[in-house]
Amino acid sequence: MPDAPGLELILAEINRENPGAVLDTSFDREQAALIVDPSRVREVLTWLRDTPGQEYTFMSSVHGADYFPRSPRFAVHYELLNRERYERLRVKAVIADPAAGAATAASMVAIGPDDIGGSDSEASVADKAAAVVNQPASEPATVELDGQTLPVVPSVVDLFPTADFQEREVFDFFGIFFEGHPDLRRILMPEDYIGWPQRRDFPVGGEPVIFTRDEVTNPGWWQ
Amino acid sequence: MARVEDTLHDREIRQAGELRDEGILVSDLTNELAERMPGVEFELEPEQEMLTVNMGPHHPATHGVLRLVVDLEGEVVKDLKPVIGYVHTGIEKSCETMTYWKAIPFVERMDYLSYFFNMQAYVGAVEKLIGLEVPPRAQWLRVLHMELNRIHSHLVWLGTTALDLGAMGVYFYCFRDRDRVLDTFEMSTGQRMHTRYFQIGGVAEDIPAGYEKKVRWVIEQLRIGIRQYESLLDNNEIFLIRTKDVGIVSRERLLELGVTGPLLRASGEPWDLRKEGGYLAYPELEFDVPVGTVGDGYDRYRVRLAEMKESLRIVEQILDGLPEGPWVADDRKYALPPRAELSTSMESLIHHFKLVTEGFRVEPGEVYNPIESPRGELGCFVMADGSSKPARVHFREPSFVNLQSLRDMTLGEYVADLIQTLAMLDPILGGIDR
Repeated sequence: MPDAPGLELILAEINRENPGAVLDTSFDREQAALIVDPSRVREVLTWLRDTPGQEYTFMSSVHGADYFPRSPRFAVHYELLNRERYERLRVKAVIADPAAGAATAASMVAIGPDDIGGSDSEASVADKAAAVVNQPASEPATVELDGQTLPVVPSVVDLFPTADFQEREVFDFFGIFFEGHPDLRRILMPEDYIGWPQRRDFPVGGEPVIFTRDEVTNPGWWQ
Repeated sequence: MARVEDTLHDREIRQAGELRDEGILVSDLTNELAERMPGVEFELEPEQEMLTVNMGPHHPATHGVLRLVVDLEGEVVKDLKPVIGYVHTGIEKSCETMTYWKAIPFVERMDYLSYFFNMQAYVGAVEKLIGLEVPPRAQWLRVLHMELNRIHSHLVWLGTTALDLGAMGVYFYCFRDRDRVLDTFEMSTGQRMHTRYFQIGGVAEDIPAGYEKKVRWVIEQLRIGIRQYESLLDNNEIFLIRTKDVGIVSRERLLELGVTGPLLRASGEPWDLRKEGGYLAYPELEFDVPVGTVGDGYDRYRVRLAEMKESLRIVEQILDGLPEGPWVADDRKYALPPRAELSTSMESLIHHFKLVTEGFRVEPGEVYNPIESPRGELGCFVMADGSSKPARVHFREPSFVNLQSLRDMTLGEYVADLIQTLAMLDPILGGIDR
């Protein structure tokens, strides 16, 4: 682990070459973290990987987090590791929820029978997604997918091939769109699933359990 | 244009074998064929030559409900896509509805062969969050159970892998020894699998009388057992042909793909978090990190067998030098008070009641706690939001990450070797899907 002053040095060095990329640092319970602008995450990770003296070449984990109801709501965490010195460093890309401005229930996807069945399991999600709308610099990038506005983070699969499955998992569970991912599809949930189950406002046990005797209360469940 | 479709296919397959022996990639095959058969003008129609085969999800050799979509050209694997999620149970989501210590039995059931490791990854993360010190005896007891668990996991792996390669007997011997290990778990924890033995702050119970004698007997039997497997497999002609020089991926590529554990060590990288990270009692214990040289299936087998011997060494050292003292931290805000105190101390009763009903609260924070599981780096990320329930529990499962390397291992190999490579990968679908 870089200690707290070491973390500040890293912050200063990154911001000298990429001004504004790293927003903040945090050092809590022996865990060092850099908080970065999501659109600049590739620059920061490339710098940490390639700069002599840093060489965080091993990415051990990519995972999402939902800080609901705090804002900015989402984060993608990249757990980096320097194998020579055994130092771990977390890079957190914090992302605002683009749906927050809309109706509060917008991020909670309504699961209705009309929505199921329309999705094409063959086509990659990326094909269905409309082109990434790059708004002015002040506004974070978003993408429209199946009528929802999702936050966008650039994919790092070409920098760290291990991120492939893990970014798909974050997309699957949190609905964070990774721009430039070669094959962004759901990975653990069924391909026609609707909703982002690991979001904090997604209810547990929302789906009815189907028995034969439920036919009366759930008409058409076999479709 | 000459009509060559009838014969071309046979010639192509014959030549594909030769080209493969010369080290020419299957993807370059079309160009290469055109060069070798000048004068014959033909159009290869890839969609006719390629065969897409769906392996699984219920193929016994996939070690669980893993589905592989394999593109074959003749017998050669040209592309491979793992399809997973069939046993996804939403454990990470369910943990968010549990108090911190009620989530322990949940996380155990992810990777069902390394439950002590799952517990340690989670419990260790929570202990880091609350800054709780684990007493030495509890640390040693945890390491003791984790190393026995590593042997148990490797034994199941060895049995099923040998079964895939046609060695039925090894399977029975492995499960005989595995049950002996499970007997020791039953003796110390009351359960054979999914023991919920690790508590936040220590372990649930001290080991019973006679446990040491039992474990020493099991170690003796395991030493004999490992010698048996070695004599059955090490120089076995069929086993050698099937595993030698199969599924090799370079060390650099494995690191890029995030592969850890025996797979990485078999390719010659001595990377073991027990040495590097130095968590629990591992810095005080003496053991070696076995590495391979080539990184083929045979090296992976040898590395895992050597790891079992090292684990036996660790277990023996622990039995020799187990420190006396409490087996759970004395902080009543986090650890349950001893049962006997409940009838005499009002304070203990209150603590017990509060812990069981509400649990303890954790200051907001995030911790990533990596440990070395039988399959590689098992990391647990726990996020606390100030309440008595975790706001996010995420497991970096080694099986899940290692599975990405299967494509690199099998590309250009025969489909029969795919089974061997997959078995050597040791994927646990409960861990992959969570």
